[in-house]
Amino acid sequence: MREIYYLDAIKEALSQQMEADEKIFLIGEDIGVYGGAFGLTVGMIDKFGEDRIMDTPISEQAIVGIAIGAALMGLKPIVEIMFSDFLMLALEQIANQAAKIHYMFGGKTAVPLVIRTPGGGGTGAAAQHSQSLEAIVNHIPGLKVIMPSTPYDAKGLFISAIADPNPVIFIEHKLLYKKVKGEVPENVYTIPLGKADIKKEGKDITVVATSFMVQKVLKVADNLLSKGIDIEVIDPRTIKPLDLETIIESVKKTGRVVLVEEACYTGGFTSFMASEIQAKAFDWLDAPITRITGLDCPIPYSPVLENAVIPSEERIERGILEMYKK
Amino acid sequence: MLDKDILIKMLKKMLQIRYFEEQVDQFYIRGEVHGTGHLYIGMEAVAVGAISALEKEDFITSTHRGHGHCIAKDADLKLMMAEMLGKVTGYSKGKGGSMHIADISLGNLGANGIVGGGIPIATGAALALKKMKKDQVVLCFFGDGATNQGVFHESINIASIWNLPIIYIIENNKYGMGFPVEKAVNIDKLSKRACAYGIEGITIDGNDVLGVYQTTQKLIEKMRNDSIPVILECITYRWKGHSKMDAELYRTKEEVAFWKKKCPIIKYKKYLIKEDILKPTEIENIEKEVRAEIADAAKFAKDSPFPDPEDAIEDVYV
Repeated sequence: MREIYYLDAIKEALSQQMEADEKIFLIGEDIGVYGGAFGLTVGMIDKFGEDRIMDTPISEQAIVGIAIGAALMGLKPIVEIMFSDFLMLALEQIANQAAKIHYMFGGKTAVPLVIRTPGGGGTGAAAQHSQSLEAIVNHIPGLKVIMPSTPYDAKGLFISAIADPNPVIFIEHKLLYKKVKGEVPENVYTIPLGKADIKKEGKDITVVATSFMVQKVLKVADNLLSKGIDIEVIDPRTIKPLDLETIIESVKKTGRVVLVEEACYTGGFTSFMASEIQAKAFDWLDAPITRITGLDCPIPYSPVLENAVIPSEERIERGILEMYKK
Repeated sequence: MLDKDILIKMLKKMLQIRYFEEQVDQFYIRGEVHGTGHLYIGMEAVAVGAISALEKEDFITSTHRGHGHCIAKDADLKLMMAEMLGKVTGYSKGKGGSMHIADISLGNLGANGIVGGGIPIATGAALALKKMKKDQVVLCFFGDGATNQGVFHESINIASIWNLPIIYIIENNKYGMGFPVEKAVNIDKLSKRACAYGIEGITIDGNDVLGVYQTTQKLIEKMRNDSIPVILECITYRWKGHSKMDAELYRTKEEVAFWKKKCPIIKYKKYLIKEDILKPTEIENIEKEVRAEIADAAKFAKDSPFPDPEDAIEDVYV
């Protein structure tokens, strides 16, 4: 099977779905002529036209609100928010409107909206262009949140996200775009939301990781194996709703858990997972749950500082080894 | 000469709004309603005049002070009243309350608890209509306070560059909650902001239901052809406080009395009698009819059951 980049997998999903359904259109800043800040939509405006690949002024809140209005009318808008940091500009429409309309109106209206956004750091883009903000949207009932870590997952999950009648935040990692290739079927396929994936089976420690951290953990897994430690790597893929079952099953097998995320420590998504795991699998735990996360500070600019803040392979390996000794 | 049926319907609608709001006010005074409410009393001519110019297939978005728009857009009074009391028979099964009433089947994309929250949503609805090549239009209601939200600027700018079929109706009732519009902006007419978007901005008397109707009708007719957005500022006044908990420290009793003399309903009744469209007795009959409707709605609401506590967690997702 051919291998394609994570970026191209998402682009393929987008193109295939747009070909299949005229109601789908993309809206965002510099997605048309410019081809997207990361080049994901290059060429799409020539194929689909400016009515379906809509370049906008810099107006995140209005862009999301407009997409909500269009979704209420039966269209299927996909918003691109150029950097996930800019979700903050649109948070009113995301949290107060999109997430709540179905509920507030007594279940009589849907907002079938997808917001795609590149997140994460490690690119030297510094504090306002490098955040991992899934914990913020995870906290809002009514939203779904996806963070794929592989090209295969990205395409299948994106197609499912478009088909889902709820508002979905699809967080892509910038470093995955052109750094990770994988086997991706050419046909249309779906991966169900809310289903975790065991990226590597193992028996000694359950390691749950999200987004780009999955790639780092898989590399670390090889090192650990040579040291005689066989970790099981679980990728939730969907942050919300979380597939806790798969994680708990693994914990019951290994008795030891390490949770890895790029986002900062306080209130990060792994804190929610840790709370759930201890509540539901307390008797199976042989050691306290370990969290390896970004530090509690904005992402700094200098590469030396950036590497210290975002979990490195080295820090991840050290963290897993330390916990194994407990 | 305007269609007599429409003229009579507009009176009926204004009375429905007035009596509905008065009933809701009574519920609040007697402590029978949870939460607060934002009453539209005194502003009836804006909602009724503008929405009467719409076809059934046209769309609106409303505000936190939305009962007027919802009623003008033919909302079911019983379902509205039940929603006010948090009953399961309400529009939103008791989950939304006063500020979250919608009926998409009637073209009502919803009231909104966030000042300005409906402006981009209405703009998106207009975009959808244009994409679907329909000739319907959208009326987007919001107050003077909302014109200072950033999203007002963002949305109208986009509507102006994409030529979207939407009328942005500013209900200027002189106060954003307790903050006078003269302190909030540096211009004398909010409609002047239209020039920032290269579109037309008009300011009219919002207490003249006929004037609102005729102006809106002309704008809609033009818009169905050229799909160019427009700002329509309607000067009006709300008689009651911002919400239930309002000591009204920001305005004088004299000012309120002054505006009550300009009651849009009294003014309109005088017009109907003068032009021989309705006789005083016919008007009295309509008033009786509407009072009975409101009483029915109130009874329906009071007799309806509350939702089950287990229902709280339902409807978060489709």
